Order: sequence, then C-alpha cells, then structure tokens
Amino acid sequence: MSDDADIINIDTDVLVIGAGAAGMYAAIEAARGGAKVMLADRILIGRGGATVMAQMTVAAALGEEVPDDPQAHYDNTIAAGRGLCDEALSRLLCEDAPDCIRELDRWGVGWARKDGHITATTAPGHDRPRCVYVDFINTGPAVSKTLRAEIARHQKNIRKAGDLCIVDLAVRDGGCAGAVAYHLPTGAPVLIAAKATVLATGGLTRLYRRNSASTNMGGDGYALALRAGASLIDMEFVQFFPIGHLAPRLIGMDPIMWDPFRYKLGGRLLNGHMEEFTSAYGSDEDGKYVLTRDLATYAILKEAEAGRGSPHGGAYLSFQHCSPAALRAAFGPVIDRLAANGIDLTKMPVEVAPIAHYHMGGVHAGADMAAAGVPGLFVAGEVVGGANGANRLSGNALTEAFVFGRRAGRSAGAFVKQTPRRELGPQDTGAPLALLRADPAGRASANMAALIARLQATMADNVGPLRTEARLRQAMADVAAIAAEAGVRPPGRPGAFDLERLDWFDLRNMLLVARAVAEAAFNRAESRGAHQREDFPHLESRWQRRQTLRWRDGALQISGAPAPLEPAVT
Amino acid sequence: MSAVVRLKIWRGTARDGGHWDTHDVPFESGQSVLDGLRWLRINRDPSLAVRYSCINANACKECMIQVDGETVYACTARLEPREMTLTPLPNKKLVRDLVTEIAPPSERFK
Repeated sequence: MSDDADIINIDTDVLVIGAGAAGMYAAIEAARGGAKVMLADRILIGRGGATVMAQMTVAAALGEEVPDDPQAHYDNTIAAGRGLCDEALSRLLCEDAPDCIRELDRWGVGWARKDGHITATTAPGHDRPRCVYVDFINTGPAVSKTLRAEIARHQKNIRKAGDLCIVDLAVRDGGCAGAVAYHLPTGAPVLIAAKATVLATGGLTRLYRRNSASTNMGGDGYALALRAGASLIDMEFVQFFPIGHLAPRLIGMDPIMWDPFRYKLGGRLLNGHMEEFTSAYGSDEDGKYVLTRDLATYAILKEAEAGRGSPHGGAYLSFQHCSPAALRAAFGPVIDRLAANGIDLTKMPVEVAPIAHYHMGGVHAGADMAAAGVPGLFVAGEVVGGANGANRLSGNALTEAFVFGRRAGRSAGAFVKQTPRRELGPQDTGAPLALLRADPAGRASANMAALIARLQATMADNVGPLRTEARLRQAMADVAAIAAEAGVRPPGRPGAFDLERLDWFDLRNMLLVARAVAEAAFNRAESRGAHQREDFPHLESRWQRRQTLRWRDGALQISGAPAPLEPAVT
Repeated sequence: MSAVVRLKIWRGTARDGGHWDTHDVPFESGQSVLDGLRWLRINRDPSLAVRYSCINANACKECMIQVDGETVYACTARLEPREMTLTPLPNKKLVRDLVTEIAPPSERFK
C-alpha cells in the first residue's frame, strides 16, 4: 500500500485555524471578499476557545451611554499597557471597535440596552462607561452564537472542519502554504494547501494549573508561528485575572464570573481577617471596582503570602451588603445557579484568587495582521502580540478578537487574489507527516496527561504573577525534564480519538511556548505590568522595550534586551 | 479510608465489542464527574477517551455522556460516593469510549 493512500488532501484560498470570535470574524470577512475559506478547530466549531467563556464586557467608544471618543479609549489602553503597547495596533483596536460592535448588533447579538441605546459599564482602567455586554453574564455565548449564525449564511464559501488538530504550518520558500493536520475522530493525516493562513487559536492559559481556558488554549498559534519562522514578542506578559473563583467548589460556571458582579454591584475585596486591604498596596477601592488587574493580582497574592489570606489562600469577595432584590435584579437566574452550588451571596463571601486568563504577548504583526517575516501568514485576536503592552485593559480582549479578526480576514482575502494556487509537496510537509506516522514501537511509557499536569504546576508555581530568578530557573529545568520524558515522537499509531496522541501534540506546543514565556521572563530584570520580579521590584526605563523570540535551527533565540549596565567604576 | 467514587466506564470503539473498566477515584464533595474523569486520566489511565473543552463553564456543551443511563453534562453532574456507571450517548455514532459524534453534520470535517 502506498504510504500516501490514507492522506486527505484539501485545497482552499484561506485556512483559518481557530473558531473563536477572531477566527469566525476572519472567516466571515474573507468570505465576504469572495474567498473560499476553511475554518478549522481542534475541537468543535464556534464552541471552544476563550470567546464562549467570556462572561464580561467588550470595550468600544460607541458614545451612546456617555459621549466618547476612540482617542480616549486609546489613551486608557496605552496607560494600562505600562509603556509597551504597539501604538499602531492599539490605535486600530480602538478606532475599529465601534464599527464591529454595531455590526454584531445588526447581526442580532443583543447588547444590553437602556432607554433604547446600547448601555455600557465602566471597567477598571477606563475613564468612562465604555464596556458593552449581554445579560445575564452571557456576552461570550451570545457572541459565539451570533457569529456561528453569520457563518451559516456564508456556507457556500466557508467550509467548517471541527476536530482537526493542526500539527505544523507548511512553509515553502519562507512563506506559509497551508498546514499539516490530522483528523481526531479517525487519526487520518490531512494536508491543507492554502494561499493564505490565519492563526486565530487564542492564548496560552492552559499552561497554568488554575486557568479560565478551554483545552484548545495551549498556545498552539504561538508554537505554529514560531516553528514556521515568525517572531513572537512580549511573551513574558501573562495576564492573571485577580478574582478567579477559588472556593467553595462551583460547577457549571466559568471561574471569571465574579467580574460582572463587581461591575454592577461593586463588592468588597477582603483579607482573611475580613478587612479591606488593597489600600495597603497603594490603591483604595472603597467598595468600587477600579483596581487594574496587575495591581489587584499583586495585592491579593502579597496579602496571602503575609499570612492574611482566605482559608484556601486567596481573598474574600463579599456582596453581603447587597439586598436579595438588588442581586436578583442584577443577575436574575444566575442567583439560582449559585444557590444550586450552595452559595447565598447575602449570607456569605466567596473566596477568589488570581487565575491565568489572557496573554499580552504573541506573534509580531503589522496593522494589516500579516505576521512579520512569513508571507501568507496572518494572525488575529489573542495570537497577535503588542496591542496591550505589559497589561491588558479590561474589555479589550473580545474587542481585539473582532477588530483583528475582521482585519486579518480582509488582508488574507486580498492576499489570495494576488497569489497563485500551490500544491503542497513532500518538502513542505515531510517532517510533520513523519510525526503523524510515528513508529508504534516508539510508544512512550510516560503518561502525557500527567506530564501536562506537571507542566501546569511548574508554570503556576514558578512563572506565575510573582517571579524570581530562582523560580524561573526551576521552571526552565522542569520544562526541559518534561520535554525529555515526552520524547520526540507521539505515542501510539493513528486511530480514533486517541487522546494520548492528542496530549502529546498539545504538549509539544505547550512546552515550546512555556520555554518562550519563562526565558523572556528570566531576561526581563524589572517589574512592569503583569511581569513582577520580586528580585527586581521596580520599573526600569532601560527596559521600556520589547523582546523578540525566534526559532532558528532548533534553538530559541531572544533579542531586544538592553545592554548590560556598566559595572560601577571603583 | 477516605470516601471514593467507583467509576464503571464503558470502553471500546464498537458498540458490540466493548468492555467495562472500573476505577476508584477520590471523592471530594462538590466535584463534577468530569473532575473525576480528568483525575483518572492523569493518575490511572491516560488512554481513556472523553470529549470536553471548557472544563467547568458548561459553555462548550461537548462533555455529554450518560451517567447511570441518564444523559448529562459531565462538567455539571456531581460525583457521588458510590458506584456510578458511565456510558457513551446511545443515540450518537460511537467514536471511542465515552466519545460520540455530537457535532452538527455541517461542522464535521468531511
């Protein structure tokens, strides 16, 4: 039998990898421009990633709640980014946001309204009510559903491919020519020839033990881009959401769900002695929700470290000052879901703690969303690095998914018009195909699910919000040890829904991205935004610059660090 | 000895050729069936196939299985300190173990 008999060959104009809001918007926009699109995801289409989990708000200067201007949104975004925003990307984000919000409104997303206009709330770091949402804490599901329906209207031009695991991008002459994948339910290899490829795979929060991520958020896009020759920037800046649910055990709800509660009701953040404490860290909340994420994360972790944490090592969040009627008015049926978990907010506080939530870093790209250095490769949403600098402003994540997704789809659609069709050859696909056909005799003895758990543990313990040189060294050693145990070939042979193989391919990407984060964090000898070094506690002006990572000849290269300080003259 | 859940799980790739695996999982009040399955894959048997994505939010709706003959989401069904029987959805095409073909036809890769 020919070695190639089992291969499925696909030909498309645009391949979009990842079917959250960024990928779906990119697919719609490319299809509107006339391109044939394949929309692929490692899980189901439009149901995974971060979008469907987003229970909070979307920032856009609509000016309906109060007068507003994209310039003001931009100013707030730049301030939150602690000096590192890519200003062209931040500007695009803020300027295109209102148009995307209105387009989604026309598509029927159902933004919450008051007196006939789209209402908005003030998220921390914004100077006015600017953040729109869908009640009750339903923003993400409503956005996903709306985009899925819009995609269905373009079904002639958009082919959907769920359960497709992308192994590597196919690179020819330095450009992206598609991808090599395998079909999870059958194990069959799939070669996708594409004139343009959009990476919209979301962030890397699955690298951490406690996260608010779907299983497809292991940093796939960063790893795929890196191996294809693209550059990553700002990889040390991982955003932790300060008040992720910690205790009591709460099922059926995303752990970031306390954010909308705080928008609407304020709420009090308290230490283990039931005292307010954020003022000791330079920020007095006074029952309002104003503290940016990096500062709140720092305050909660430091308070717990000082022995004043809640029983499970976080902080208390209390709404006991709110009446049952006020809670019911703000959150309706959500109150019943809490009751089913034994939580009555009028009688008890809950425990919260920082949880890995979002990645500021990502692929280096221009305002046309073209990945620098790899023609034919475009990026969208959280895969894009730079728009949010060292700390993302609340509400900008879905905004960048919409804005960058739409822009990437437009650019990819234009790119295919000037690009001839190319067939993939063995030179473009040989290495990933060899991985897919790994010899079963080489089956690893390691438990890949356990190795993923170990990686998540060391990332949480050593590359979390508070970092030191010693911890980062430990993480880099652990990552190398886990990589050695995982081996260079996947376990098993192609078969139906083999999770051990999927775990190996996930781990391959997660380990590379973990290295990128840890090594960039190790280099950055200062504290800025989401990157807090306890051994370098101050912001250093010489570090107001970004680091760039590349993968060359099997090695990770980092550039951009400032020149070493001159030793003092004695 | 602390409380355990005994998970009796159907395994296989063909309806008429399967077998049962039984594992004891530590019981912790409030945990979901999916918590138990994830613990099992990490600590006992990584070859178990189960489909899930969002883990806890009940947003992706991928983790539908049957527990004691009743269709549930594994992420919102609670573990209980007794024997619980887990089987794939009976009315969907079987893929492997607890995984069935649940995607709408238009979203499947063909």
